[in-house]
Amino acid sequence: MAAVKFEQAMARLEAIVGELEKNDLPLDESLKIFEEGIRLSKNCLKILEEAEHKVEVLVQDKNGKKRIHAYSPDDTADEPSS
Amino acid sequence: MLTVSELTGLLRTSIEEQFSDIWLEGELSNLRAPGSGHIYCTLKDKTSQIRAVLFRSSAVRLRFALQEGMHVIVRGRLTVYEPRGEYQIVLDKVEPKGIGALQLAFEQLKERLAAEGLFDQERKKPIPAFPRTVGVVTSLTGAAIRDILAVLRRRWPTLHILIAPVQVQGEGAGRQIAEALADLNDWGSVDVIIVGRGGGSLEDLWSFNEEIVVRAIAASHVPVVSAVGHEIDVTLADFVADLRAPAPSAAAEAVVPVLVEIVERLRELTVRMGQVMLRHCAFERQRLDAGIRGLTDVRVRLQDAAQRTDDLVDQLREMVQQLLTSARKRIHEAQRDLSGLNPLLTITQGLATVPQFSKRLEGQMGVILAQHRQRIHATLAQLNTLSPLAILGRGYSILQTIPSRQILHRASDVEVGQELEAQLARGRLSCKVTRVCDDSIV
Repeated sequence: MAAVKFEQAMARLEAIVGELEKNDLPLDESLKIFEEGIRLSKNCLKILEEAEHKVEVLVQDKNGKKRIHAYSPDDTADEPSS
Repeated sequence: MLTVSELTGLLRTSIEEQFSDIWLEGELSNLRAPGSGHIYCTLKDKTSQIRAVLFRSSAVRLRFALQEGMHVIVRGRLTVYEPRGEYQIVLDKVEPKGIGALQLAFEQLKERLAAEGLFDQERKKPIPAFPRTVGVVTSLTGAAIRDILAVLRRRWPTLHILIAPVQVQGEGAGRQIAEALADLNDWGSVDVIIVGRGGGSLEDLWSFNEEIVVRAIAASHVPVVSAVGHEIDVTLADFVADLRAPAPSAAAEAVVPVLVEIVERLRELTVRMGQVMLRHCAFERQRLDAGIRGLTDVRVRLQDAAQRTDDLVDQLREMVQQLLTSARKRIHEAQRDLSGLNPLLTITQGLATVPQFSKRLEGQMGVILAQHRQRIHATLAQLNTLSPLAILGRGYSILQTIPSRQILHRASDVEVGQELEAQLARGRLSCKVTRVCDDSIV
């Protein structure tokens, strides 16, 4: 799930920055996690850009099948009757 | 003269007319609920009692469970059960004394579900920090949906929102809410669900106390945030939800962070990472420069050492020469001294001593030379451990241009095609530049 991927990527990125700022890694290891951090940062941005803005309503049609359609603020007819 | 039936009929009419609508307070006892759905009991106080019946049509409207010994206030009419000649009260309404019926039902259900462990803290699922799709179970007509949408859009404008519309009060609302929760779970891509409604009376909010709703929230695989009424309204949905928000807008705030803040955080982390790396590289370059300066020192010291060795060897040679010369001189003197006595013998002896003597001299010279050589080697070894040459052992290399042997600091110092020599810890590599990138590391 993208949400989980993003959360993990952010957490890893925070960890990498913390690790780098501790300043006790040899240069080649620093470079390795730095490259990973840059990759994560790019991926996170990509995930954020990919997200689509949609408001939809989940309704049941006459045959009992679920379908979704776009939400409009005047749309109030979708509540199932009791 | 009356028959029993006639008397009973007269009593019945009289009683029913006189006590057609009465309120009565008492304690429940002898509760019986046979399969018919009617409930039979006795109402009593300290000294008297009266039979009572709650027919099925009224019994199903009860929100709480009748319990033995419960103090109740009832409303009903008196009648006579003719086959037994017994009077009884037919109950229309039963209220617990001192506490509202809904309140009692709430307490009873809460106790029962709590005993099942439905409200346990360990059951609660974490709310995802960055949901992509948020499900909303509420009415499309209420204030709640407007509040939720407004807050969600403001905080995370690219969010995908999936609304499962339901009635949030009245008959059947509980079932709709439970089904909507199940539907959003089945849809598959929902990361978190907000379920709730705006404020209202206890009666209005009642659906969120229904067992079917509580169980649907408990059964949801997707984390659920409850948002029913205002801060002061507490429903069973709030107890079972993974997170309780005091109001719908607060629920929206709880499920999504602010997008611009996250983007800013990302930017900040990336910049910090770059700064650290640049600092680190600058520091390492300084160390490398120091190392290269150290190498030059070693070369100078090696030259000094070689020169000193040469000097020592010269001195030795001189010493040996002097020894040999003085030895020869002594031999000549001896020969001269002895020539009068037994020249032949003396000469023979003298000649025999010369090679022996010079051999000893040569041996001594060898020992001295070896000692000096050993001292030089030891000095060099010591120099080497102190030397930044050890840096190469950690995986660095020094790049030099060929043939000018300039040590490289910047990619822009060379051009494509330049031949380079990489000095490694062990061995050297001849390389050729195929591309020059003048970027800094970030």
